[in-house]
Amino acid sequence: MNAALNTAVQSAVQSAAQSALQAGLASCRVCGLLCRTAAAAQQGDWGHCPRCGVQLVSRRRYSIQRTWAFAIAAAICYVPANFLPVLTTNEPGESETNTIMGGVISLYTSGSWFLALIVLIASIMIPVAKLAALAYLLVGVQRGSAQGSRDRTRLYRAVEFIGRWSMLDVFVVSFVAAVVELEPVLSAQVGPGMPYFAAVVILTMLAAKAFDPRLIWNGLDEADGRAHG
Amino acid sequence: MLVVGCPGCDLLQRIPPLPPGATARCPRCSDVLASRPRGPAERPLALAAAAAIVFIIANTATLMELSASGRDSSTTIIGGAYALWQQGYLFTAAVVAFCSFIAPAIYIAFVLAVLLASRHPPAPYWVGELARWAGFMRPWAMPEVMLLGILVALSKIADRATVAPGTGMVALGVLVVLLAAIAATFDPAEVWTRVEWAGGRRPPQEARSAQSSQSTYGAPAQ
Repeated sequence: MNAALNTAVQSAVQSAAQSALQAGLASCRVCGLLCRTAAAAQQGDWGHCPRCGVQLVSRRRYSIQRTWAFAIAAAICYVPANFLPVLTTNEPGESETNTIMGGVISLYTSGSWFLALIVLIASIMIPVAKLAALAYLLVGVQRGSAQGSRDRTRLYRAVEFIGRWSMLDVFVVSFVAAVVELEPVLSAQVGPGMPYFAAVVILTMLAAKAFDPRLIWNGLDEADGRAHG
Repeated sequence: MLVVGCPGCDLLQRIPPLPPGATARCPRCSDVLASRPRGPAERPLALAAAAAIVFIIANTATLMELSASGRDSSTTIIGGAYALWQQGYLFTAAVVAFCSFIAPAIYIAFVLAVLLASRHPPAPYWVGELARWAGFMRPWAMPEVMLLGILVALSKIADRATVAPGTGMVALGVLVVLLAAIAATFDPAEVWTRVEWAGGRRPPQEARSAQSSQSTYGAPAQ
């Protein structure tokens, strides 16, 4: 990285542990370069990154509002996603319509309890757990909590990591629909719950992306700042 | 000595030059600050080239075949999105097409372009931008989730018809392994240390020598 700039940055770093924000520095959101922020940072103009030229910000903009918005939208979509059918299979004289939970039960009754468990965790438990975890993280940040920051960061990382696995059922239904085209012997139709379910997965992933984990540490940084000076 | 703000908690810290295979973690939140992959510089490039070939095979070969009462059908990866499209679920079709085909294709193509273009630093500015987009695409490229989804789909149909996995399944499995290997040897954030600065500004000489000691792969700076 730029040595001249880094020397300037180093002189701003004191021996005591402190955050970049407290030292008047910001990591560029695009390239990660640690930069001195402009004097007018308090007015919202943080200056530009000398390496890649984008506007600097200390924390993702409107992170809390955007995370809430995505999470609430996901929670709303979760209801039709689980109550509307997602898949109908047709055989001569027999038709079976399943919701997400119905698909889990039919996997279980057909003997694959292990796959049933995986689908249950990925499709039903992970979205709820993600929404609960994000709400907990958001409330903690909004209350300026300084406790358990390390565990809350771990929770955030888990949310970010497992989110994509909820897409499992979307793939299951789409590939069943793609391959089961043996009319009139056997056919499959996608149900109206599917778009809502896909929306839940996308929205919870976007919510996790919108959240800035550095906000978790603001409370502790501020408490430390008060203690030291 | 490089000073960074931790991406996970914003704590300022100095990172010493890392030996091969080392990872620097934040002492406060344990987020990864910097890493230096072990092994030769060409490894991620070889993996990305292999992934591109396997991706083409996975998308052209038959994924699975189904037969019942003398009738049979088959599908490919893009067939999943196409079936949703045909049944009128345009949004879901777009989501499936993006996660199964578009995002992995962009990820592999951009990683290849970045690795090829940044072999002789300083790399042009667009290389950093492509690396950033490759990083954006990574979580949306989900071949491992799709592979598990296809296995569940197969077992759902298995008691109603005869199902047989095709060559595409094998290629998809190999692709999962290759993408994980690329992620372990290629760091999109590191690419910026070899990129020409905005507005055509070059990093100062001193910086570029510091850069080459930071550089994890590619030719050392002149």
